[in-house]
Amino acid sequence: MTWWKRSILFQSASIDKWLQWLLRAGAVMAALIMVLIMLFLLLESWPALQHIALIRFFTDETWHPLEDHYNLLPMVTGTLYASCGALFLAIPLGIASALFMAFYASPRMAILYRRLIELLAGIPSVVFGFWGLTTLVPMINQWQPPGASLLAAILILTLMILPTLALTSHAALTAVPGEYLRSAAALGLSRWGMIYGVVLPAARKGIVAGILLAAGRAIGETMAVLMVAGNVVQHADSLFAPIRTLTANIALEMAYAMSDHRAVLFVSGLLLLLLVMVLTSLAGWLGKEHHV
Amino acid sequence: MKPKSDMTDYLNDREVLNPAQPTCDKSNAYTLGPLQTGPYCCIPEPVIQVKDLSLFYGAKRALDKVTLAIYRGCITALIGPSGCGKTSFLSAINRLTDLIPDCRVEGAVQFEGNDIYDATCNVQQLRKQIGMVFQKPTPFPLSIQRNIALPLREHGITQRADIQVITEQVLRDVGLWDEVCDRLDAPALSLSGGQQQRLCIARALALDPQILLMDEPCSALDPIASSVVEDLINRLNGRYTIVIVTHNLAQARRIANYAAFFWVKERERIGHLVEFGHCRDIFETPTHPLTAAYVSGTRG
Amino acid sequence: MYKQIGVTGKPNHLLRDQMIRLLIYLMVLCVSGVFLWILLDLIHGGGALLSWDFLTDVPRDAGRAGGIGSILISTLLVLLIALLVALPVGWATAMLLAEFIPAMSLLGRWVRYSLQVLAGVPSIVFGLFGYAFFSIYLGMGFSILSGGLTLACMLLPILVSTAEAGLRAVPESYRLSAAALGMSRTATLFHLLLPVAAPAWAAGLLLGIGRAAAETAALMFTSGYVDRMPESLLDSGRVLALHIFDLSMNVPGGDAPAYASALVLIILLLVINLIAMQLIHFWQRRKLNTE
Repeated sequence: MTWWKRSILFQSASIDKWLQWLLRAGAVMAALIMVLIMLFLLLESWPALQHIALIRFFTDETWHPLEDHYNLLPMVTGTLYASCGALFLAIPLGIASALFMAFYASPRMAILYRRLIELLAGIPSVVFGFWGLTTLVPMINQWQPPGASLLAAILILTLMILPTLALTSHAALTAVPGEYLRSAAALGLSRWGMIYGVVLPAARKGIVAGILLAAGRAIGETMAVLMVAGNVVQHADSLFAPIRTLTANIALEMAYAMSDHRAVLFVSGLLLLLLVMVLTSLAGWLGKEHHV
Repeated sequence: MKPKSDMTDYLNDREVLNPAQPTCDKSNAYTLGPLQTGPYCCIPEPVIQVKDLSLFYGAKRALDKVTLAIYRGCITALIGPSGCGKTSFLSAINRLTDLIPDCRVEGAVQFEGNDIYDATCNVQQLRKQIGMVFQKPTPFPLSIQRNIALPLREHGITQRADIQVITEQVLRDVGLWDEVCDRLDAPALSLSGGQQQRLCIARALALDPQILLMDEPCSALDPIASSVVEDLINRLNGRYTIVIVTHNLAQARRIANYAAFFWVKERERIGHLVEFGHCRDIFETPTHPLTAAYVSGTRG
Repeated sequence: MYKQIGVTGKPNHLLRDQMIRLLIYLMVLCVSGVFLWILLDLIHGGGALLSWDFLTDVPRDAGRAGGIGSILISTLLVLLIALLVALPVGWATAMLLAEFIPAMSLLGRWVRYSLQVLAGVPSIVFGLFGYAFFSIYLGMGFSILSGGLTLACMLLPILVSTAEAGLRAVPESYRLSAAALGMSRTATLFHLLLPVAAPAWAAGLLLGIGRAAAETAALMFTSGYVDRMPESLLDSGRVLALHIFDLSMNVPGGDAPAYASALVLIILLLVINLIAMQLIHFWQRRKLNTE
């Protein structure tokens, strides 16, 4: 029997099967990491969840973990203020950047600016924090002491989430079908009329998904905020008041936290995780809708 | 399996059909014999039997209960309008449907008496014996030489010398040797469309298949390249069993021994077989009115 | 009631359009300006101190004097461990998702969803997890090993998504014709698809390295703060990003070396990112040429 007449009936032990099982093992490992993270956060925060009533995280007088006061609310408002402020500034800047790349710049200029945004996205948070600490904070301090403040946190966070917003919005804008633009132009719409009336509504879902992702990043950011926000546990009453965020709180106190205190820090980590999970799931869902 | 002795068998077998050629001899471009002089020409013995083959994409039925036979050493042309399931039928014969998500096949396809949809069927071996050429030329982004060597290595021919012999042989078979013998290391994508298509045919021939499935092999080519490929198909007649999908009725008439006419039902968009028979009968004395209308050009 | 407007009449949108254009240009200028400001600030602050000696010396006096030699070694070790662990797992996952299982299968959806969530997890949460799992539960303590493994978890999503996108961008015709030639999926993958997708994989790898080198929060409680030259993988080792943080926050008078370290880190990341972008660009162009 020659090799080319080998029967098709003989089923050899297939290398495909072996490889597939190997790859399956890898993929399951990758997916299990998420489960493992959830499991360990729950496990570590269990002591706190068990004998501290959930309501106490919001009704205790203050955050004095060494004296059994576990009010997380100042940190939650700190995180919210800083993130919302950053979004407030970054959304117009990011969408303007995306519009610039998609409709206003020459192709060469657009690519150059895109590279710049991508490089901005590559700057590590600790460098942003360091720059804020050495440049922004002294500047604000001259204007309204102490300098390390909600405002500094907002400005630095703005810079950090801007690339996410600009790049996702740009992707959403370029996904708008060309026929829309041509027919809008054929109707004699002005450039802004076309953008406002046709392009932005068509790209809305993609842009919103980008905003949700950026919000997730802002909430989860640690180092930069830790370095410029002043880290005083309080409800901010002005832009110039120092604040502390949930993430900064973990980074600051984890090193010496014991028993219940430590468990409460894990609770705040769990809270962060859940918040970000909701945001990314929403963004992923919107993104899927957008593509269909 | 002992590759060495198998290899000798393979080469011996080749030489019966194909006397050895000197290397890179420009005077001897084509090595195959003229039309219908091969040893197996049109023996009325079915090599593939298709029974009640239905094909589904998801819940949608694309092809409904096709029954026909492919005869050894003959050219069978599949004709019909677009979307009538000719290509789906072709890919059901070498189980390429396995790669299409949500695609499901019912019915039986027997290759030399064995059901190819049986769980014990060795699909790789099946596809080695049933080669396929696609509508658009699909050379791999590798060198010309490696395009042919890669599948050969996969099927156990690893000796460099053997691969070189086969490469030259099949490139001669498709009339490409003279055009590329001095640049076998050039990227296959640098070839022209017609050359790429002939390389794809050569690549399929290198595995010495019994059957060659061709899915509109000329339709993506310009007329000159197209006629070169058609000549090639003519010269392959008798040595290989060929099933060819074509939109070009004149071409089907010129080259095929058998013809199968597919049609698609207007409403449900389900493809089905209308008529199958000798090529001459289909074109000259069709029994079904649809066939008559289609081949005379009044419908389709 | 139709007001007649002649076709030669001046459209009243002109002013509005010009204002908006001006506004967008201003915003873009502002963003570019800040980027240049940061860059120039770092070069100005750290350029003077940057020298070969700074790169090779060990830090002295809590980092105020000396260099960042041991810091760079620790960074490199943490990166190496992270990649050694994340690459096989991540790339295996990508191959499975792109080539072997349908996108809508149960396993596919589960893996994809958990990676999507993993990509959004804040780095401080990775830090908490790494601390609880690797350092405490597995008993690795504050060590380079623990930090590297934590980083590996962080890198998985980006490695999987870039590699999967690279494979999916390979034209389907290659798979079909390889299958029609009776090649196994494994051989198709290794001989055909991977070489075609290689630049995309390399770009993903570089992006991952960039992400890992920039990471701070996840390493605070896993690889630790010790700035000595690490002697084994179970030693604590301070990475470059954490060194910058420590110098600027905890060491009075540490600004100058902090600037220089930040400059080193930025240059490293810019180079990595530029190469990655070039690779992606090159790959997209090649893809266009082949189709």
